[in-house]
Amino acid sequence: MGWYNKRLAKSLWVFHASGSPCNNCDIEILDLLTPRYDLERLGIKLVGSIRHADVMLVTGIFNKKIAPRIKKIYEQAPKPIFVVAIGTCVSSGCCFKDSYNITEKRETVIPIDMYVPGCPPKPEAMIEAVAKLVGVLNG
Amino acid sequence: MKANKIPVGPFHPLLEEAEYFELTVDGETVVDIDMEIGWMHRGHEYISEMKTFTQSIFLVERICGICSTSHPIACVHAIEDIDNIEIPLRARYIRSLVGELERIHSHLLWLGLAGHFIGYDTLWMWAWKYREPVLEMFEIISGNRNHYGMMRVGGVAQDVNPEKLVELHKHLDMIERKMVMIAKAAKDDPVLKSRLKGVGVLTKEDAIAYCTVGPTSRASGVPGDVRLDEPTDAYDLVEFERIVLPNGDVYDKLVVRVLEIIESIKICRQCLDKLKTATGQVLNNVKEISPGEGIGRYEAPRGEVFHYIRSDGTNRPIRHKVRAPSYVNIPSFKASCKGIPIADALITLASVDPCYCCTERSLKVVDKNRDPHTLDLLGLSRTKTERIRRTIHGN
Repeated sequence: MGWYNKRLAKSLWVFHASGSPCNNCDIEILDLLTPRYDLERLGIKLVGSIRHADVMLVTGIFNKKIAPRIKKIYEQAPKPIFVVAIGTCVSSGCCFKDSYNITEKRETVIPIDMYVPGCPPKPEAMIEAVAKLVGVLNG
Repeated sequence: MKANKIPVGPFHPLLEEAEYFELTVDGETVVDIDMEIGWMHRGHEYISEMKTFTQSIFLVERICGICSTSHPIACVHAIEDIDNIEIPLRARYIRSLVGELERIHSHLLWLGLAGHFIGYDTLWMWAWKYREPVLEMFEIISGNRNHYGMMRVGGVAQDVNPEKLVELHKHLDMIERKMVMIAKAAKDDPVLKSRLKGVGVLTKEDAIAYCTVGPTSRASGVPGDVRLDEPTDAYDLVEFERIVLPNGDVYDKLVVRVLEIIESIKICRQCLDKLKTATGQVLNNVKEISPGEGIGRYEAPRGEVFHYIRSDGTNRPIRHKVRAPSYVNIPSFKASCKGIPIADALITLASVDPCYCCTERSLKVVDKNRDPHTLDLLGLSRTKTERIRRTIHGN
């Protein structure tokens, strides 16, 4: 799919799914689109439906109620789709790892391609992640 | 005519959090609204009982990323209430400074999102552009853009030294100029006026009946504000005004928030000025928390946040109860959404600045194979109260 990915890398459309986070990563994702960081200069756009997206950003610990829904929207996405996990919650569970309502392994719900750790990650870290993703897609 | 139901959610373009609304519509008019939450529940109260008091403060910081200093402030108030711990004067000013900066950034965030929801993206970009310097101020004070980790039992974690004060003053001057401009523009904007005036009215009677708090109630003419009614920290040492507007529509809620930003800047400036002269340490050494119970209140950007902590003399709480402002504000949709068009329903839903992460404190588990009413919340709650009572009285 090399030729396809190269075309994809020119303009990644992003869908943002929050799987029980504390909101902060979500706010920082929105912050990326506003004038200070302005990800749209790299061709990246936030879209309202997973069916338009090339990249799915997930945040949070995936509680037991939302995990099936996250799986469902991943299945609805046109493939190939790249899943970027924003925040420490997805990678390690952060301070919620003792909770009764956490999905033990987030990787079993949906395959995750990239992790951006941090609570919340700085916008610069997220921009670097996106730049790396574009680099990988370009081959 | 048969009423139709429109499902919205749990993933939808309106809010960044997942929640499910069911709008019952008759033609284009919303007749009734129902909602389902629980997508954000993480079990804070349970985890808090496994953590020490100091760790609990970091945990409640992660209840919500937007009001991430209101919960810690209410939490430390609750712990300090158990032993009547005094906090140093300098720490009081720093607490109020961080709290008010958070109010500025939260209200700006809402203002931007409100613009986004009504399709007015210019306002979104504009408000969020001027939110950045506020986050920079947080970075100067605490080292973090979000999740500041400033609160401790008996004071604050870090001091603000004189070099930082100079920087903070510069930033605040700039923010004040821009906020006065935004306030003037938002109040004069014909688009906002025609789109928001008279939309989603929450009458004073309804606001009282639904026990709404914060800007939601103050826009409906109910003058509740914990900062003035029961001043803690530095709020009795600074001067500011209570913002109350009478109409209860979305436009009034917007104006209340914009005016509150201006008041918050006033408080921040007074705190910064006082910090120049107030001397002393910022953290009292607290070694032990004696058995007992304490409550803590704080006016978060969305309204009153309430924490209840019970201690049994060990280093961790045996009960930690949280009541967030959105918990009481969200049900007011039932009153404000009736009889308005679908297009206006969404901005009305957003107008109380709902935060579902704050709200979801409990979870009902239903065993589908058995009687669904076997586990009722009230019963569970009573069992837990009984258990705690036995632990405390030892019988």
